[in-house]
Amino acid sequence: MTRITVTVDGVEYFDEVEPRMLLVQYLRESLGKVGTVIGCDTSNCGACTVHLDGRSVKSCNVLAVQADGHEVTTIEGLAANGSLHPMQTAFHETHALQCGYCTPGMIMQACDLLKDNPDPSEQEIREGLEGNLCRCTGYHNIVRAVQQAAGAMREGVAS
Amino acid sequence: MIPASFDYLAPATAAEALAALAEHGDDAKVLAGGQSLLPILRMRLNAPEVVIDLGKIPELQGISEDGDHLVIGAMTTYAAVLASEAVSTHAALLSKAVATVADPQIRHRGTVGGALVHADPAGDVGAPVLALGAELVIAGSDGTTRTVTAEDFFEDLFTTAVGEDELLTQIRIPKHTGWGAHYEKFVRVSHQWSIVAIAATVRVEDGAIAEARVGLTNMGATPLRVAGVEAALVGQPPTDEAVRAAVASIADDTNPPSDLNGDSGYRKHLATVLARRAVLAAAGA
Ligand SMILES: Cc1cc2nc3c(=O)[nH]c(=O)nc-3n(C[C@H](O)[C@H](O)[C@H](O)COP(=O)(O)OP(=O)(O)OC[C@H]3O[C@@H](n4cnc5c(N)ncnc54)[C@H](O)[C@@H]3O)c2cc1C
Ligand code: FES
Ligand code: FES
Repeated sequence: MTRITVTVDGVEYFDEVEPRMLLVQYLRESLGKVGTVIGCDTSNCGACTVHLDGRSVKSCNVLAVQADGHEVTTIEGLAANGSLHPMQTAFHETHALQCGYCTPGMIMQACDLLKDNPDPSEQEIREGLEGNLCRCTGYHNIVRAVQQAAGAMREGVAS
Repeated sequence: MIPASFDYLAPATAAEALAALAEHGDDAKVLAGGQSLLPILRMRLNAPEVVIDLGKIPELQGISEDGDHLVIGAMTTYAAVLASEAVSTHAALLSKAVATVADPQIRHRGTVGGALVHADPAGDVGAPVLALGAELVIAGSDGTTRTVTAEDFFEDLFTTAVGEDELLTQIRIPKHTGWGAHYEKFVRVSHQWSIVAIAATVRVEDGAIAEARVGLTNMGATPLRVAGVEAALVGQPPTDEAVRAAVASIADDTNPPSDLNGDSGYRKHLATVLARRAVLAAAGA
């Protein structure tokens, strides 16, 4: 077992983990943060996307021990003070999900994209979400959701 | 699936990492960004007894300039390369190629050094590193350091000059300031490995190509560079006709794989088409 100190959604945890434990397993099985899901065995689908020190990673492709000393944000840590993050609101309002399985990863990756590019074109959104697969929506409403959220967040910054 | 059990070491210096490698020999595996190694461990294609994480060694990270060379630490992430103005100014070809690797999440973790040592023939950093005439700095557990050219670094499929008790520490790239660059990657769907890709960088002077470097991805067991084509491009105007003729022989001495994405002959044809596009784009035509 290896000792780790990791901050997840604003709370600091001191834990002992097996070195082979994946970050996504640690989040789901040790911390009960089942909002982050596993969709594949090959690190292709992006469903497990979380932020590590503020940048998106596939948590099935990171070991829990690699998060030692770092900060993780999951989909469960996105809403502030009980109100949805603008990206969550936009996914809800534009019907950007059907089964919803890809949604946690899509939202986390979309938030990462807007950090680099607050006003992305449709093409830039599609490329920025390249590592996230959705088997239901055909992506169209996901792109609309990101556009709506980007607009709302730019207004939020302006006001 | 999850990896088989292993012991985990997270050394704070390269010397400590090398000592651990010397102690554990081929029972140990080095972990960089993990974007190739962790899928391999999860599929149980490999089950090392000890994993040595390089993630806590600051000296292996970062980009600096050393006279007419750019020096990239082996543990520098793709994302850091993309954010670097020094790389886009002095080795634009590398920035262009790195931008096509996988997806943003994988680019946040994957490292240039890890990709080079992994040496997947379809990987996107080998060809630009080779075309740019880079040198690779390798440290041994006996405390010595050696430098090999990119030509000597890539030995075979998934095989490089880095020995089992050695670490790749730096990539040294001669500055190609003012050169145009383009990486033309052919895929059927987004988020795919290169079926074939061409890395081209050229210096245009007085309306003609004065110097050219061309690298090939997934046209054989290792990245390739075709000196004959580079020479044939010199003096040519960056026009469709002239470049088409100069790159016509690019696939002649190659032995590309046949797989579900296309057979060897198809790849050879693709290489000529992509080379023309890459050189023209690099020349700004
Ligand atoms: C879904 C998916 C899609 C991908 N698509 C692409 C793509 O389109 N193009 C592409 O080029 N790549 C692609 N990759 C692979 C990606 O580029 C990997 O990040 C990269 O190949 C490995 O770098 P790493 O830092 O993650 O190394 P790791 O996975 O940590 O290590 C790779 C190997 O190198 C060894 N190693 C690492 N660093 C050193 C060192 N400094 N010294 C000695 N040995 C070392 C390790 O022991 C291991 O054997 C993809 C990966 C995934 C999961
Ligand atoms: S579960 Fe992580 S990428 Fe699919
Ligand atoms: S909504 Fe079902 S996978 Fe995206």
